[in-house]
Amino acid sequence: MVFLHLFIVNKSGGLIHHRALSPKAPQIGTNEWLRIGSTFHSLYAIANEASPMKLSQNKNVSGADDGIEEIQADGLVLRCLQTRTGIKFVVTAEPGTSDIDQVLREIYILYTDCALKDPFYELEMPIRCELFTTSVDALIRTMERSARLGIR
Amino acid sequence: MNRQPANILDRPLRASRAGDTMVSMSSFAYLYSELVQYHQNRVDSISELERRLESSGYGVGLKMLELLAYRSREYKREIRLMNALQFVSTTVWKSLFGKPADSLERSIDHADEYMIVDYEPLTSTFVSVPSDFGQLSVDAYMSGIIAGVLSGAGFSARVTAHSVQLEEGEHSTAPPSQFNSTNLPPRTEKAVFLVKFSPEVLERDAGMDR
Repeated sequence: MVFLHLFIVNKSGGLIHHRALSPKAPQIGTNEWLRIGSTFHSLYAIANEASPMKLSQNKNVSGADDGIEEIQADGLVLRCLQTRTGIKFVVTAEPGTSDIDQVLREIYILYTDCALKDPFYELEMPIRCELFTTSVDALIRTMERSARLGIR
Repeated sequence: MNRQPANILDRPLRASRAGDTMVSMSSFAYLYSELVQYHQNRVDSISELERRLESSGYGVGLKMLELLAYRSREYKREIRLMNALQFVSTTVWKSLFGKPADSLERSIDHADEYMIVDYEPLTSTFVSVPSDFGQLSVDAYMSGIIAGVLSGAGFSARVTAHSVQLEEGEHSTAPPSQFNSTNLPPRTEKAVFLVKFSPEVLERDAGMDR
């Protein structure tokens, strides 16, 4: 199990952060990532509109919870967490990786800690906080270590 | 009848329990972040930003001195330089940050300079300073507090904050404070507060040794 990539899309579809989480991750340029981010944002909105009915537990009138949660493929799993403010955290991983949801929630916490509490971060702008990137790296390392210990 | 009044302004100045004077760390972080942004939009240079943060902290220092003197059991005033510095790095630090400062050192090169070291300064817990801001230390607010306490006690001093990269294997010796528990990786920088006393303060202190 390997986490591959993390990308974060703001509420207007702009990519504000992307990061490889493992050396196994495919090398993709920043321009491609910008395209992937906005494409995913559009697909999410379409899925949201196309959904025939609102999910029963969805209390949000704008239907923000009805978009894409997971995409499965032979080579990867993609999971997305959209927050109440419309920011999407997306993580791709190899199939069979557990705890992606937990990683997404932890990254959300790190975002509120390291970006939102940083006086030099501007909302909706690319995240260039050193503390955020080192914290994400540390999080992925601990998650992979605990998963390895669990298998044994 | 020992129910606490709900409004913080109606409470007595004397702290009854330690928990009464605690504030959520997130609230502080958001408020401090706004303070830095407010000043950042009104300055032209990094040194001016630091100076403004210092002057924000200065008033806090004066008031902390007054409050702590009121709360302490015996009403005593420090008149010796070392005692005043000890007061800052233990009593003031404990009541503001819930732990004493990590060390208090005297500069080897200059007799009028002292250093207070904190491995986990509260004001920069969530801050990453962008590279184009150079040597900016957002702990300048804390140095303003120190200057306020010291000059309120009659030891006028120039206090500056510096972020210093930790050396290999160097880390805080104190156990991690229960109030500053975040799930962030360990810090790579420590805050050094350089206290430079005015010549007349040192003269007066030397005079007391005689």
